Amino acid sequence: MVLDCEHVWREISNYIDGDLDPSVRASVEKHLAHCRHCAAILDSTHNILYLIADERTFALPIGFGDRLRARLEGELEKSEPASR
Amino acid sequence: MIHNEIQTSTTKDPQSLAEAEMISRIISGERELFYELIRPCERAVFLTAYSVVKSEADAEEIVQEAVLKAYKALGSFRGDSKFSTWLVKITLNEARMKLRCSRSESEVSLEAFMDEGDGDYTPAVLTDWREIPSEALDRKELRETLQRAVDQLPEKYREVLILRDVREMNITETAQLLGITEGMVKTRLFRARLLMQKIVAPELVAQGKKD
Repeated sequence: MVLDCEHVWREISNYIDGDLDPSVRASVEKHLAHCRHCAAILDSTHNILYLIADERTFALPIGFGDRLRARLEGELEKSEPASR
Repeated sequence: MIHNEIQTSTTKDPQSLAEAEMISRIISGERELFYELIRPCERAVFLTAYSVVKSEADAEEIVQEAVLKAYKALGSFRGDSKFSTWLVKITLNEARMKLRCSRSESEVSLEAFMDEGDGDYTPAVLTDWREIPSEALDRKELRETLQRAVDQLPEKYREVLILRDVREMNITETAQLLGITEGMVKTRLFRARLLMQKIVAPELVAQGKKD
């Protein structure tokens, strides 16, 4: 199966997840081997996903846990969890 | 009683058993243990709320409300799922409710239209890509570029992207949490990822040229 660039773009997400049939995967890889644009799109997408998965990108706000605990302390005194 | 359930259960893993015991003790009056129960879930619930409201301050308030709701409803937690899954679900509902209250009808319609439409999911065309290592995240500019891009995504794409690619939940868990099919998760994820590439890649290329 010969894939054009647009078809490859539609498969990039499933390709990253390893969620492609072997025949489609082979066709995508064959295309990527000779198309530097699609290879750069795959590499950049992969790289961006790697960066957003890093805890530094979406870190908890400073003091988050302390503020949550402070809010709970007051409320927990006032109420009890419903029993089973 | 919960202790009998622990002894007779053959299907629950050690973590679920530890959770069940902790919950039982909290209900019996050891309130302090509730902090221990929620601590490992803090990032997950914050990110879930943030994926909906895209504001740190609002997400934090939503988490506080959701955690309180969970505490009050702890007795109704049946242990069919992990506690964290249950808490995340409460947080998601809380966040969606808050969002619905805060925006106009026209904004809601626009979101629905964007999800159903084909849209333009053409990636940014590049001739090559120079890998950005994770050490570069020490730069605030890079972190803000990524955060801004995620904020620009339509809500339904942002939710899936954060659950799947930031929280690293699998497709099945993501589908179950959002109440959509796995096929819909994959479609939204494909669009979200290409939109991210389209927004972020040119900016990062430009930042790289400045360095």
